[in-house]
Amino acid sequence: MNKIFALAGVVIKELYRRKDFYVLFVLTALLTLAAGAVNFFHDEKIVRYVKDICLLLIWISALAIAVVTTARQLPAERETRTIFPLLAKPVSRWQVIVGKFLGCWLATGVALVVFYFFFAAVTGSKEQIWPWGAYLEAVWMQWAMLAIVIAMVLLGSIYFAAPSSTSTITIIVVGGILLLGTHLKVIALQQPEPMQFILTVVYFVLPHLEWYDLRDFVVYDMGLVPVRAVVLATLYAAVWSGIFLLLAWFGFRRKSLNT
Amino acid sequence: MKFSPLCTLAVLLSLAFTLATGLALTADNWSTRAKSDNLFGMLFGDGRKLFANHFFTMADVYFHSGYYPSVFDGANKESEIVETSHGHADTPDDELKEDFLGRPHDWVDAFGRNFRITRHTHLEAHNEREILPWLRLAADLDPQKVETYSVGAYFLREHLGRTDQAEAFLREGLRNNPDSCEILFELGRTYHDGLHDRDRARNVWQLGVKKFLARPADEQKEDKLLFEEIVANLGHLEDEAGNYADAINWLRAAQTVSPSPDALQQQIDALQKKISAKSP
Repeated sequence: MNKIFALAGVVIKELYRRKDFYVLFVLTALLTLAAGAVNFFHDEKIVRYVKDICLLLIWISALAIAVVTTARQLPAERETRTIFPLLAKPVSRWQVIVGKFLGCWLATGVALVVFYFFFAAVTGSKEQIWPWGAYLEAVWMQWAMLAIVIAMVLLGSIYFAAPSSTSTITIIVVGGILLLGTHLKVIALQQPEPMQFILTVVYFVLPHLEWYDLRDFVVYDMGLVPVRAVVLATLYAAVWSGIFLLLAWFGFRRKSLNT
Repeated sequence: MKFSPLCTLAVLLSLAFTLATGLALTADNWSTRAKSDNLFGMLFGDGRKLFANHFFTMADVYFHSGYYPSVFDGANKESEIVETSHGHADTPDDELKEDFLGRPHDWVDAFGRNFRITRHTHLEAHNEREILPWLRLAADLDPQKVETYSVGAYFLREHLGRTDQAEAFLREGLRNNPDSCEILFELGRTYHDGLHDRDRARNVWQLGVKKFLARPADEQKEDKLLFEEIVANLGHLEDEAGNYADAINWLRAAQTVSPSPDALQQQIDALQKKISAKSP
């Protein structure tokens, strides 16, 4: 287990050494503050649009950080040939996969906490309320979703040629699921056979990432999601992450590491 | 023949400056984009109307706190903020019709509803202010969309008590749409209900009637409910002012287009009784 945590620690250090997080955080902060500074009809209490914009930026930034950080992990180790001394430690290949996953997931978690503290500070200063329970659920669910995404990217980084293609394909897939996941069954029911059957199968097979988006609950102050549902969704995320990590390990086990 | 590079640069710069001063005025007329009246117009052209419609819909989404049908749910009804601004309140039947989610299709759908807004609510207790940024943006993007002004002014006046802001917003709308009866109607309501200024309300509504009657016949037919609203309000205003004969005339005009002329007839009868009681 120590080896896995050591690998994860390296990934976390890499996140704060690189500029990605800082650039995205500054961009999010600037856009949110600019949106918050606009005065509509001389009403200082209008706040929901700021929450909406800020949360959207946080979602985009966190997704970008998770995907880009994860996509380059294994290809970079191979390119710089550091994978060979790493595996000679000895660290087994499954430990590399789990260590990289854990590192990327924890690093994304740290970034999420920073983003949400900024969000709470900006919106709380405007409306003078801090619904920490709702924020905690939103962060946790987003982090759980990012676990699935990170595992998916790790799997992709083993099969796709370059980090750029892995990142692009994953972002398209994740974006597609987030936008259409809920509606896929409705779309399927409107199609003729065999399209209806195919879309229905896809609907049941794909990981439902859209469940983890609790932005509406935070923006519209709609209270908390039942804890039982959050626990079940967390288990669902753990299962999907496990499936992707297992597939990644199968691929990595047989992969030639010579570039 | 040799040219010094510095000399060539100086000549080229002088030429560029001379051409710029000469062409600057005519260049404005080359492109229609340069004539756009605001930044959005210049950036998006006519595409800004699409964004304006989207932002107007966003105001309705906010009014429902996120409980809103998507394109996949077959959303095809009039925006509820428009209906509310015309005094429509949901009946239990309306509430049932607006339950676009229906029963869950399967366990995925049922479980997924834990993470979606599934209650039909409307903003209240001054939270209606949250729709205003989207209406402001919609008005900036498409200044010719008159509903934006009438809906925005209605919520400012009726729900937030900001009559001054409502009037300013409507005046801006009127500058962009000088012939809009909808804006004149709402402006009249702002004077009558918000500022209790009967004379200005009367003038504005009468101007609204004049503008309406100047419209082509087919447009008048389409918007007859708006005409009814204006003349019925004029009728009530004259009733309040004690001008019963004028009130009767306006209500009779409303009767010609009203879907419920009997209710108006009862009001006319009541006014006639007032006239008879007044006369010696």
